Amino acid sequence: MHTFMHVAPFIASPFRGYVYPNETVLPWGVLIVVYPYITGLVAGAFIVSSLYHTFRIERFKPVARLALLSALAFLSFAPAALLSHLGHPERSFEAIWTAHWTSAFAAFAYVAGFYAILLILEIWFAFRVDIVAMAQTARGSTGLLYRLMTLGSYDVSERALAYDRKWTKVLAAVGIAAAAGLHGYVGFVFGSLKAREWWSSDLMPIIFILSAVVSGVAVLVLIYVVSSKVRKAAIDESCMTGLAQVLWGFLIVTMLVEALEYVEMLYRRIEGIGMIEQLIAGPIRIGLAIQVLCSLIPFLIVTVLLARNVRGRALIGWMSISSVLLMSAVLAMRWNVVIGGQELSKTAKGLLTFTPPLWGREGVVWASTLLGGSFVFLWVLARLLPPWEPAQMSE
Amino acid sequence: MSEDKSIKDPLGRRGFMSLLGKMCATTAVCSSVASVALEGVAAVAKSTPAKAEFPPAGPVPEYDWTKHRWAFGVDTTRCIGCLRCVEACKVENDVPFNPHDFRTWVERYVYLEGEDKPHIDSQSDPVNIAAAGSPHDYRFSDRYRNAKVTKAFFVPKLCNHCENPPCVQVCPVGATYKTPDGVVLIDKDYCIGCRYCVQACPYGARYFNEETQTTDKCTWCYHRITKGLKPACVEVCPVKARIFGDLNDPSSEINEFIRSHRISVLKPWTGNGPHVFYNGIDSEVT
Repeated sequence: MHTFMHVAPFIASPFRGYVYPNETVLPWGVLIVVYPYITGLVAGAFIVSSLYHTFRIERFKPVARLALLSALAFLSFAPAALLSHLGHPERSFEAIWTAHWTSAFAAFAYVAGFYAILLILEIWFAFRVDIVAMAQTARGSTGLLYRLMTLGSYDVSERALAYDRKWTKVLAAVGIAAAAGLHGYVGFVFGSLKAREWWSSDLMPIIFILSAVVSGVAVLVLIYVVSSKVRKAAIDESCMTGLAQVLWGFLIVTMLVEALEYVEMLYRRIEGIGMIEQLIAGPIRIGLAIQVLCSLIPFLIVTVLLARNVRGRALIGWMSISSVLLMSAVLAMRWNVVIGGQELSKTAKGLLTFTPPLWGREGVVWASTLLGGSFVFLWVLARLLPPWEPAQMSE
Repeated sequence: MSEDKSIKDPLGRRGFMSLLGKMCATTAVCSSVASVALEGVAAVAKSTPAKAEFPPAGPVPEYDWTKHRWAFGVDTTRCIGCLRCVEACKVENDVPFNPHDFRTWVERYVYLEGEDKPHIDSQSDPVNIAAAGSPHDYRFSDRYRNAKVTKAFFVPKLCNHCENPPCVQVCPVGATYKTPDGVVLIDKDYCIGCRYCVQACPYGARYFNEETQTTDKCTWCYHRITKGLKPACVEVCPVKARIFGDLNDPSSEINEFIRSHRISVLKPWTGNGPHVFYNGIDSEVT
């Protein structure tokens, strides 16, 4: 046994049953867990902003622009997770210049690029009044930056603002489709692979989109609560109740579709089902427990909050707790899909147990740094373009 | 929204909106180019590889890759599990000498008395590595010496060089491709190292080479077969368990093997169309 430890470096995962020799090193690690997680946050946050900008649901106004900046912050870091995973990131542009169109991956740069342009345009229209105001008051290099950001347009007449609103509305509407497309595509990357029983499913893109919205709304609740506390500004209770409703609606559908996926897989009793059952009872049991409990508990909490019309500090406190749990649930779901799928051997006769390294490019520290980096970038963006409504401005 | 229509472009933004219009037009052009490309790909995917599309002179001078159609045979009734093929492959193709990177490997299926499922292991099993004593040597331990074995056989495995390779389908840059003579290759100077192809292969034939930071797999020793030689594993096999040849040549060893045996392929339900043909495996082999 000591020989095995000597010749097999730490990157090889222990296994039981029979697995193909090349499978003992998992091709995709925590970076590919974090990647769909971050893109999911983009989609969820964006959809909340569109509820205001396109559908004019006024109660979401306090978070509408914050949601846009959050989406941009997360979108900026999603490619970083992919790029640092690549063996040759310097060749990544080949996926754009010489894209091989039968690959789901080839679409990434185009889908994400289209969405990024759309998002930046919408942010520009949504913040134009503020940019103009700051360009006229700020001095020095900051002033120059804002003057550049106006793109030469200083017209803030009511006519011009109506024009801005029209564009924001259209972009927000197209953005819903783009956000769903961006994340549905991530689901397709997994769902379309027939080689992996755990991934190969038509429901995968739908599950990814739904859970993305849940995690995105949850992270927006947390960002809203924390930023308001830091700024000592009041939290809009009507907005918070609205977010609770959105969360509740998407959560119930997400849980149903995810349950359907599992029930269908187990009920069909396909070949290798014994190993799938062992995967559920073995390597991913903790991840699965987190996914289920951290979905059910907040579901019950939010149900009670809405049914009893809870207000005030209780509403904000319980919504914050629910959001932390839901973000954990979705992160666990990403782990269970990405890592779980690789822990189930393609032989259908064996299981691997993956433990991520702490350090290194594929390590937990770097993956967490990327995730944390998006929040730092959001802070920078919010300093540059304060998204707060005048009524919320701290004194 | 009728009032919006009456709004004239505010001065200073007209230029910007015209730029936006151009961007939209560019996007439309790009997407139509993409759809044409997709249609082209779909058409190629449906038809068998049109050899006329390839020039006769491939990457190897004096070798016409449109004139051959290579295939591989494995006669498991002959394999003795000596693993010389695995060692030869590692040396021939600079495959890292560790227990998790292989272009080819050998599996052992052992049925014990009173059991209906086989015990399966490969040279990478910890017990076998311990028996070999070093990562540079490969050996099957005699762990079944005192057991009552009812049936046992070895199954050499390698890339199946599929007719419809899912690894080629998923490569985002086209670094892995199918040659007109039926071999699936990887351009390691082009591979970005995303490992999507490793995921897509149902046979576990691909591995990620830490040294080159690119994916690698069996090429049927393309550098040898294009010079008229046999793959290294075929060359060293002492019992002729590995057969290689040209399907276009009626008298080739591979055609003779396919004619004279009841052959099967691995995981036929995937629709991949493997080109490694097996004799003597049972349904437990996947």
